[in-house]
Amino acid sequence: MAEKEIQVVQNIFDENDRIAFATQEKLGEMGVFVVNIMGAPGAGKTSSIINLIQQLSENKVYVIEGDIESDIDTVKLKELGIEAIQINTNGACHLDAPTIQSSLDGLSFDKPGLLFIENIGNLVCPAEFQIGEHIKMLICSAAEGSDKPYKYPLAFEKADVILLTKCDLKTYVDFNDEFFLKGVRALNKTAPVFEVNAKTGQGFEDVAEWLLQRKG
Amino acid sequence: MHEYPITEQIIKIASEKAKENNARSITRITLVVGEQSGFIGESIQMYFDIISKDTLCEGAVLEMENIKAKWYCPDCNIHYARQPFSFACPDCGNDGMPTNIGKEFYVKDIEIETE
Ligand SMILES: [Zn+2]
Repeated sequence: MAEKEIQVVQNIFDENDRIAFATQEKLGEMGVFVVNIMGAPGAGKTSSIINLIQQLSENKVYVIEGDIESDIDTVKLKELGIEAIQINTNGACHLDAPTIQSSLDGLSFDKPGLLFIENIGNLVCPAEFQIGEHIKMLICSAAEGSDKPYKYPLAFEKADVILLTKCDLKTYVDFNDEFFLKGVRALNKTAPVFEVNAKTGQGFEDVAEWLLQRKG
Repeated sequence: MHEYPITEQIIKIASEKAKENNARSITRITLVVGEQSGFIGESIQMYFDIISKDTLCEGAVLEMENIKAKWYCPDCNIHYARQPFSFACPDCGNDGMPTNIGKEFYVKDIEIETE
């Protein structure tokens, strides 16, 4: 009997990332631009998706709703005539590439357009897993406070675009714009930050325009 | 919860490598875990003990090399650990930039027993 040490050096995310890349390529070839939507519970992810879809009315939009166990958001989307499916993770805190890959059959993809994937409400793990997206959109509400970049740096570092929602609440929660933006810029030099209000729809036109430009 | 599928992945990577090398069993697996990887060693160990049963990994010692997260200041050309609620460089006070140091998460090596 002999003992031997063997070098491995294999990234534990490799398999997930391989599947994510395959999804991204496949949907990209079909002209579907995939947006991974990350944010804390209650940040306004679903309301932002609805506002964006209204602005993107000339484009076909698909939605995958990731939820731990409910389908409240999917029902709401379907009532608005949006092609949406639900994934329940039964407790898991984020979506991963295999889960998304196996859920794609639930959507028609009959036209090019955009696919919004609403990740589980959580600012930690969703940032660690690629799921097949072309870009990551981080949704963060003024009500959560201006210290979020300092507390959840990875989510801000990985974001391609950041939406600051519930901006009408800024004065009530002593939101410090300067502190917030300083943190965002330390982590991420390029992601645009859009201030929006999902109740009035304010600001979403600009986000939609940016998305379409990025989609190309 | 989030460590469960990741632990399965670790066992899969180690077992495949062990089979390639005609191992009878795996006695040690070394993981490199960055502070910012979001993974917790204790949780991985807990799942590892359960999932590795009846695999080549059963009974293996799981060793973790933890790596502290580092920021980089391009003005001073130094790496540093950031303070809570700040990204500032300790030398010049400007905000530096994040690096990949501290985001590692991989199987570094394994020790196997052969016939
Ligand atoms: Zn410096």
